[in-house]
Amino acid sequence: MTSDYVSRRADVDAAVKLGLTADEYAHICEIQGGEPTYVELAVYSLMWSEHCSYKHSKPVLSRFPTSGPRVLQGPGENAGVVDVGDGWAVAMKVESHNHPSAVEPFQGAATGVGGIVRDIFTMGARPIVSCDSLRFGELDEPRQRYLLDGVVGGIAHYGNCLGIPTVCGEVYFEPSYEGNCLVNAMAAGLLRADGIVRAKAAGLGNHVVLIGNKTGRDGIGGASVLASQEFDETLEEKRPSVQVGDPFTEKKLIEACLELLHGRLVVSMQDLGAAGLTSSSSEMASKGMVGLDIHADRVPLREADMEPWEIMISESQERMLSIVAPAKLAAVREVCERWDLDCTVIGEVTDTKMLRIWWHGEVVGDIPARRLADEAPIVRTPSVKPAYLVDDPVAVTDAGYPPAADLGAALAELLAAPNVADKRWAWEQYDYIVQANTMQIPGGDAAVLRIKGTPRGIAFTNDCNGRQCYLDPYRGAKAAVAEAARNLSCAGALPVAVTDCLNFGNPEKGDIFWQFEQAVEGMAQACEALDTPVVSGNVSFYNESFGKAIYPTPMVGMLGLYDDVSVHIDHSFKDEGDVVLLLGPDGAWIDGSEYQKVHYGRVEGRIPDVDLEAERRLQAALRAAIGRRLLKSAHDCAEGGLAVALAECAIGSGVNGGTRYADPEAAGAAGRWRGADIGLPEALLAAPGQPPGAAGRPDLALFGEAPTRVVVTCAADDVGTLETLLADVPHRRIGVVTGEDLRCTMAGNELFSVPVSALCAAYESLPDRLA
Amino acid sequence: MSPASGRVRFGVVVFPGSNCDTDAHHAISTFPDATAQYLWHKDTDLAGVDAVILPGGFSYGDYLRCGAIARFSPIMQAVRDFAADGGLVIGICNGFQILVESGLLPGGLLRNMGLKFVCRYVNLRVENPATPFTHTCREGDLLRIIVKHNEGNYAVDPTTLAQMKARGQIVLRYADAHGKLTPAANPNGSVENIAGICNETFNVFGMMPHPENSVEAHMAGGTDGRTIFQAMIDSALGRAEVKA
Repeated sequence: MTSDYVSRRADVDAAVKLGLTADEYAHICEIQGGEPTYVELAVYSLMWSEHCSYKHSKPVLSRFPTSGPRVLQGPGENAGVVDVGDGWAVAMKVESHNHPSAVEPFQGAATGVGGIVRDIFTMGARPIVSCDSLRFGELDEPRQRYLLDGVVGGIAHYGNCLGIPTVCGEVYFEPSYEGNCLVNAMAAGLLRADGIVRAKAAGLGNHVVLIGNKTGRDGIGGASVLASQEFDETLEEKRPSVQVGDPFTEKKLIEACLELLHGRLVVSMQDLGAAGLTSSSSEMASKGMVGLDIHADRVPLREADMEPWEIMISESQERMLSIVAPAKLAAVREVCERWDLDCTVIGEVTDTKMLRIWWHGEVVGDIPARRLADEAPIVRTPSVKPAYLVDDPVAVTDAGYPPAADLGAALAELLAAPNVADKRWAWEQYDYIVQANTMQIPGGDAAVLRIKGTPRGIAFTNDCNGRQCYLDPYRGAKAAVAEAARNLSCAGALPVAVTDCLNFGNPEKGDIFWQFEQAVEGMAQACEALDTPVVSGNVSFYNESFGKAIYPTPMVGMLGLYDDVSVHIDHSFKDEGDVVLLLGPDGAWIDGSEYQKVHYGRVEGRIPDVDLEAERRLQAALRAAIGRRLLKSAHDCAEGGLAVALAECAIGSGVNGGTRYADPEAAGAAGRWRGADIGLPEALLAAPGQPPGAAGRPDLALFGEAPTRVVVTCAADDVGTLETLLADVPHRRIGVVTGEDLRCTMAGNELFSVPVSALCAAYESLPDRLA
Repeated sequence: MSPASGRVRFGVVVFPGSNCDTDAHHAISTFPDATAQYLWHKDTDLAGVDAVILPGGFSYGDYLRCGAIARFSPIMQAVRDFAADGGLVIGICNGFQILVESGLLPGGLLRNMGLKFVCRYVNLRVENPATPFTHTCREGDLLRIIVKHNEGNYAVDPTTLAQMKARGQIVLRYADAHGKLTPAANPNGSVENIAGICNETFNVFGMMPHPENSVEAHMAGGTDGRTIFQAMIDSALGRAEVKA
């Protein structure tokens, strides 16, 4: 006698309701040899959702370089792993939690952190750093302030409790993110290079053991409902699909799982993320080319009356699935008991290559694991170049772009712009010092951490300018990789690997798919040129609300290495009399710049292309100079151009010791501000490719943007040696560190002169906008 | 009390949810005349250590109230007995919260005035240098150390506060760069800018800032936290005559 779970079969209407297409349903019937059970259909609908299957992105992603001498594990596992020397390795990964955060910002962001941290320790790595890349609409909208407050609070709540330092991150505000904020959580962990654990089930008869939280109805259908659909007026109804985080249990899980993995008590391990037990079990079976029997009725529940399909797809947090040999089970139980964690045998490894779901002694689902986990039908969208794109930079006519009358005021305006202003309000809510590895705290170009017991260190950054990617996805994405590498090189670290989070709109639309293809091509070229393979990543599509897509936002997280971390430097001016140099080619553009947005209220034109060979040379020279301890500071010129970069160097000078970030109160009181006298050559505006009208516009020299530019300082005695080292890199001496004002001239005319304290006041004004 | 080995043995208590336990352990390892070992919360004795550190973190998730569940841990009875015998106990951040919940220190720690977690360098003014934890300082010295907490707003009734002040139990206060006790220098709204206090017998000390993250010159945290541990080591070795 069979139960309803087996006798009732799901038809095409049921499939469509769960987000599958009629074609996909037909394909499922073919695989199953008839109509699927409801349990099977639910499982397919999750695993074949865009979020789990990458059915739109897979062919495009194959463009990325993913291997290299340092890559120990590329894409395809829970995290990528990179050799960092002395037998140590770093596991790294980024993942989006955009839609959950838009629905419930605090829990959405918190569980985003929880998920990415599980991906790291599942590899056998101790999580040592957390970073977040956030995008919201403009802050004058109350809902955006609510989202920002909730997301930052959620990240703090979860990350701080775990004792993982949040040492870097970025936040940008653009109208395009108003209905669809972005929350990309990145983490990295340290492990022994020979201790990588892969999520591969093995060993016939071994136990399948579920460790951690009980299973409830939270997050049911999260992957298909939230991550694979656009938002519309039903936003509020989607709230039940958001999971709730319990960082305390996760902290215990970290300790218990690392003990299990390092003690080699388990064969393999996988966290339960999107699509819960379904994805973890089918992926482990598929990777190990074995079958798994899962007894859904043995899963410990929070709510007694859950259906088998609910148990299989629940996204309850803080759960791990592991494969355990019978002889080790008692030892595994002992560790879990010591950490007060549930540990339940829910199934076993079989040779069927099938994911078989049992319910009280009856098979209610029987699916080929490989078809489910790795063979969702690929969807090819014909790409169409969007109509809004233009081929040329804007002409900077006085009629269209009248120069700012007061350049000092324009600088202050840029410093106060939320995209530029100090994000201390956010990062002061994060514990950035725990674990005692932090050498450079947030607020600079990159986070720097030591590796205890070695002279080595690592640096992290994440970067993406969505506005630039909107104006040219190929060039913008290329620029994001170049900028991430530049930020690491500014701190003296060698860029070695990328983890990426590709945030785009609906891939079923031709123009969105075109953006995606172009961005991947731009990133791939930059990663090849700069020797930074992509070792892990995540694609987030359907970032649209009411049919309007976000700016294409291919976020680049990058890892840098130091053989000797003691050489690292930060961006702040240090001593009176130091020489200021600008490295990089002449020319700066208004297209896609912060100046264009803030001062003129426009986003238009075409951004310049990165010359990757010039970029590579500049960064190599920069690192060589830092390695020889010739530089006192280095800072990338990004949003707001050269003037904002100089201002940030000056503001950063209010420090109490080399590596600490400004404490304005103490700095002001102690008279420690370091200003500078800067004389800009007119040649900066005469570069090839500058649009008509650019010459004779000092405001463009100050605020225009261009890739491959870095402001550095060195002691006057070292300039000669430095310039020899910079032989094949364009560079100019542009001034000297002096006084407590930032003063800029061009051809003898003063452009502005502003006290650093006033610049700092503008830079620190973000909290006023949040009140 | 002087350890026979010539090296002070610190015990770092590990509660589920402790996350500054390894930092405290690491900090002690940077002192040549001290060693550290972990003590598990389910243990019932202190394994003969010379001093106890209750570390920072989120013991038991800080559910219910910070430190409220940790005080019932088996190890805490041993810590109470150790303190009653005059043993040196320092509670840092969550450890401070556990000490007040356990009744080993007066007062309570409320949610920060700003209602947000705050991680920031603060200046600590040494109010009482005549304790086993601060005798390496002079009165008025400023220590630059990081705070990181959500519930560090120290509160106590006026009568007790007056008694504590009279006895010198207020050990550290939040100050500005000039040593002035301003509201802006106070990261959490603590009464009278209080950052660290002792019990009446000056062998139990609680502070919200994290000296264990401030023990190495090349790290972001600086070195101003060393003086606290050095003072404890010297006291435990009987090198220091501390008149409370």
